[in-house]
Amino acid sequence: MSLLAAASPTSTWYLLLAAVLFGIGAVGVLVRRNPLVMFMCIELMLNAVNLSFVALAKRLGDIGGQTTVFFVMVVAAAEVVVGLGIIVSIMRKRPGATADDITALKG
Amino acid sequence: MELVVFVLAAAMVLVGALGVILRSNPVHAALSLVLTLFGIAVMFVAQEAHFLAAVQVIVYAGAIVVLFLFVIMLLGVDRSEDIRIEPFKVQRPLAAVVGLGVIGLVAASIVASRDAIGGGSGSLDTPTSTGNGDSNIRQIAESVFGDYVVAFEVTSILLVVAVVGTVMLTRRVKSGKDKS
Repeated sequence: MSLLAAASPTSTWYLLLAAVLFGIGAVGVLVRRNPLVMFMCIELMLNAVNLSFVALAKRLGDIGGQTTVFFVMVVAAAEVVVGLGIIVSIMRKRPGATADDITALKG
Repeated sequence: MELVVFVLAAAMVLVGALGVILRSNPVHAALSLVLTLFGIAVMFVAQEAHFLAAVQVIVYAGAIVVLFLFVIMLLGVDRSEDIRIEPFKVQRPLAAVVGLGVIGLVAASIVASRDAIGGGSGSLDTPTSTGNGDSNIRQIAESVFGDYVVAFEVTSILLVVAVVGTVMLTRRVKSGKDKS
């Protein structure tokens, strides 16, 4: 039990986990073709950044990191609303379109 | 105890993240995203960010993922796609290289600078508010409504613009009438 107490997770562990999560999200954006799943991968990357902000806010004892995460969440919500609106209006014209089909940005 | 919480939450986060990029059905990917978001919320609690943990569950798991599922059902794309088809042969190996490179570079810089910033034992609890459960919320409120109040007000403009823009984007224009 003393071993577990000694190995208390520091902020470095959280930062490493955030790095791995960001990498997984980046690979997802590069690999997947469905625009909705690509959006979810962007959310993964945003959450990785949020996690590192919170870890550094704890490490530095500065509440500003948590405030930044608050604003990131607001902007992410607005981004999802606009992005899903764009996807809905594209899919209405072309059902089943993947990211390869909509490279031209023309209606 | 903290180690157990960290390991379990990290397992939730990583399993969910791999589920998002590996499941072929978009509905399953969205549900895996919920798992990841809950794991992140657990980590926020473990790092004394109680308010952000609540916001994470309400806004992300509650609103954003429901919005994703709503759009998936609305568009009728809730069936499995064949993700084994790959139009560009080199894309997946290149993506793996890029992902591993990003992870390796960021992890190397984190490990190299782990002693450079902060003492590693900083605490957000001020001496006067230690033990008070509301101290995190009070601190973040003083920050949001004090130092960053202008950004907070701009945020409201952003949300209004986003809502109005989305309504304009997805509005069906009636055919046969003039487009006004």
